[in-house]
Amino acid sequence: MSEPVLEIKNLSVDYGMGPDAVQAVRDVSLTLHRGEVLGLAGESGSGKSTLAYGMTRLLPPPGVVSGGEVVYHPQDGAPVDILGLNRPQLRKLRWSEISIVFQGAMNSLNPVHKVVTQLCDVIKAHDKRSTPASRRARAAELMKLVGINTDRLDSYPHQLSGGMRQRVMIAMALALEPSVVIMDEPTTALDVVMQRQILTQLAELRERLGFAVLFITHDLSLLVELSDRIAIMYGGRIVEEANARQLYREPLHPYSLGLLKSFPALRGERRELTGIPGSPPDLRAMPSGCAFHPRCPRAFEPCADRDPVLAAPEDKTRSVACWLHVPGAGRTAENSTSSTTARS
Amino acid sequence: MSYLLRRIGFYLFTAWAAITINFFIPRAIPGDPVQSMVNRAQGQIDSNAIHSLYVLFGMDTDQSIFSQYFEYLGQLLRGDLGLSFTFFPTPVSEVLGDSLPWTIALVGLTTIVSFVLGTGLGVLVGWRRGGWADLVLPVTTFLSSIPYFWLGLIAITLFAGDGGAFPSSGGYDPGVTPSFTWDFISSAVLHSVLPAVTILITSMSGWIMSMRNMMVTVSQEDYITVAHAKGLSERRVMVSYAARNALLPNVSGFAMSLGLIVGGTLLMEIVFSYPGVGYELFQALGAKDYPLMQGIFLVITLSVLVANLLADVAYLALDPRTRREG
Amino acid sequence: MAVPAADVAAAVPVEEPAGKRRQAFRFLATGKAITGLVIIGVLVVLSVIGEWIAPYDPSARSSDLLEGPSGRHWLGTTHLGQDILSQLLVGTRSVMVVGLVSGLVATILAVVIGVTSGYLSGLGGEGLSAVSNVFLVIPALPLIVIIASIVPEVSTLGIALIIGCTSWAWGARVLRAQTLSLRRRDYVEAARATGESTWRIIGVEILPNLTAVIASSFVGTVIFAVLSEITLAFIGVSGGAEWNWGTILFWAQSQQALDQGAWWWFVPAGLAIAILGTSLSLVNFGIDEFVNPRLRTGGRMRAGFTPVVRGGDR
Repeated sequence: MSEPVLEIKNLSVDYGMGPDAVQAVRDVSLTLHRGEVLGLAGESGSGKSTLAYGMTRLLPPPGVVSGGEVVYHPQDGAPVDILGLNRPQLRKLRWSEISIVFQGAMNSLNPVHKVVTQLCDVIKAHDKRSTPASRRARAAELMKLVGINTDRLDSYPHQLSGGMRQRVMIAMALALEPSVVIMDEPTTALDVVMQRQILTQLAELRERLGFAVLFITHDLSLLVELSDRIAIMYGGRIVEEANARQLYREPLHPYSLGLLKSFPALRGERRELTGIPGSPPDLRAMPSGCAFHPRCPRAFEPCADRDPVLAAPEDKTRSVACWLHVPGAGRTAENSTSSTTARS
Repeated sequence: MSYLLRRIGFYLFTAWAAITINFFIPRAIPGDPVQSMVNRAQGQIDSNAIHSLYVLFGMDTDQSIFSQYFEYLGQLLRGDLGLSFTFFPTPVSEVLGDSLPWTIALVGLTTIVSFVLGTGLGVLVGWRRGGWADLVLPVTTFLSSIPYFWLGLIAITLFAGDGGAFPSSGGYDPGVTPSFTWDFISSAVLHSVLPAVTILITSMSGWIMSMRNMMVTVSQEDYITVAHAKGLSERRVMVSYAARNALLPNVSGFAMSLGLIVGGTLLMEIVFSYPGVGYELFQALGAKDYPLMQGIFLVITLSVLVANLLADVAYLALDPRTRREG
Repeated sequence: MAVPAADVAAAVPVEEPAGKRRQAFRFLATGKAITGLVIIGVLVVLSVIGEWIAPYDPSARSSDLLEGPSGRHWLGTTHLGQDILSQLLVGTRSVMVVGLVSGLVATILAVVIGVTSGYLSGLGGEGLSAVSNVFLVIPALPLIVIIASIVPEVSTLGIALIIGCTSWAWGARVLRAQTLSLRRRDYVEAARATGESTWRIIGVEILPNLTAVIASSFVGTVIFAVLSEITLAFIGVSGGAEWNWGTILFWAQSQQALDQGAWWWFVPAGLAIAILGTSLSLVNFGIDEFVNPRLRTGGRMRAGFTPVVRGGDR
């Protein structure tokens, strides 16, 4: 595996301060390596978007980052902790190093400015020496990159289709050739055909330009196809992390298994769709012990009392936070892995 | 373009409605107002003028209401609004011609300045909440609750009269004659400072408030987060992303409330005896000068319609979505 | 026909529809609204008992001509020796009556015209909407002044009716925009699909969701009505011998109270108007914040730079 480009260490994000604070992301550690696609999956409310907005410090009030580090490793130069940057430093780092494609393509573009204006203003903000002509040329280049005719440059957002708008957002995200692109449900609002087109294009672009992607979605089977590694979030924590193939073949956490069974696989063998019973936990009243235990079909006696730690079960390439995979945690621990494998 | 055409069509319709209201109102006056006016004029009024007054007031009852209406419209088209009794024997149209420029200068300019300043302050107050910005709201709420004319009275007491820096009434010094000379212009400007500032203080707060609320609402839109994520300067996000979008509803609100604002502002002229249409309305009320009242109402309405149309053009230029769809 | 309705809708979003209808007047439960309501309550009480607690007959002349505030006359006297405090107290009633009556008349008209024009599709709806736009654009105050001066011997109630009948357009417009957006909601579509009658849908599905907007337009009209009545009285067009705050200012102005330095003659009435206006505005802010929850998130934090509080209370 290549060197890390973005390291999240023990990050916690709260909503509100003081005694009323609700912890939406709890002690999350995650590493994104140069050029890889890391998938982040979980139901809505699992904290995955909060994590993405929190680590880039874009979370609106009352969001507060309450602990941890987010270390960015530039191509050359010393690593920086994003959480320690002041405003001008942060502004400089944004988009040139880490760009974001947001959920909701419809509202991400400013409705009163032309597409070209919005592509150019980001170039202008980061490259003071650029000229209007050079910016326009770059904008045209970017539009071609995502397969949109350059005569659309002077269109307003409302004149573009949803798919086109999201492609403009992707073009914009690549404008400064960042090392990291965070994608927060970039295709959720689109129809399946458009979704497929955009994802294929994204894969090509990544091949060509070599940026790393943090891809956030609730659709785990999509991630399985797209990503190198996958992390699963539940109740504000990472509950399992493994490479994509491993996670698909052999999910260790019962929640991962449940997620896999909630979406039809895009290709490969068919699975029975069952979903997960119950609903995501209320962040203000988290269950004791493992947050998933009230919904877990395989909960046993330590689950309700003690919180399992994210740790490597047998090999070093993956980790899981589940008592089933802690040797000696309970009587059923021995045959857990085999039974999970058998079912998948 | 079709958007603008539809708006123009609507304003024509409104103008017609206003004219029609104007046609019916005097018909509700009990008795024979024309006769009493003619009596007051003591025979100095010629028969043509009396006829035109009868048309205005619907006293020529031997005609059907329809032919009365069409004769009335024809008379308006010729610009004949009857004779004023306050300024006998000047025709109403001439009286209005003298006073309208004053009102357009005072009320028109202050309305625009108030909108621009208020909107600008609203942007700041909405963007940086906390600190001094939080104090602005209670102060503006209080100021906007005071009737215009009362603040005018206070302003006169404090800043005009004996030893005050500003004149308390009139549009210019009695000593100078209206012309494009430095003397006249400086005198006119000096006379307009106090009424203008008073109008500004009370009318601005509404714009501050509504722009502030729109800024707060808009600053939670996705494209604002994107703008921050793009690493744009704070200024650029505030002006080109947040304020630029928040401005749209404020401009359409401006167009909608012009009628209200102008109505209130006109009364300021009364307090300052400013030689505009508002003060004339006041004089006409006292003298029961119905032709003048009608003429003033018509002229105010038409000016507001024109101002509305201009605000629509501004909206059209600001919102690309209207430009296309129409 | 008009300025895009979406703008009004954006400025005044509808509250959550289903489930929350029970607490119809929850929108009054904010700090601002309560402060405003308390002040208005005090003024309402004064308007009822003003006549009895007033120390003098407001029109009675005395020998204390144009005197400043003193123990005998707390707010001083007029050029005829009338007690200004008594005028203010007695005048409260007329102000409140005009506010209430015009507010009610205008709101009823606004609801009927606004909701009908929003709910009816086709020509009927468009026509009503055009009518309200016409009334919106025509400057109301000059029209009110002219009508009130033409009607002979106009009473306080008459003034209230004139104001009410000319100032409903704004409310109708906002209500129309809201109704249009409600009409497309699933639960209204569902009610229509199951064949419920139009009146039942309007009464049960739509009106309850408009309470906050209706209340806000009521309060807005009351502010406008009070200011209009006082303005009318101030320029000498008013209901006969009845006292209101504007009449006090009218006499103060016509007797040149300003030039004589009789500040007590016009300052208290103006302040009373400002206090009433401010408290009504406060109620409206409370409603606004309820209707548009985005306005509630105040505080010092700004979007775009999430604060980092490391090693805080954890």
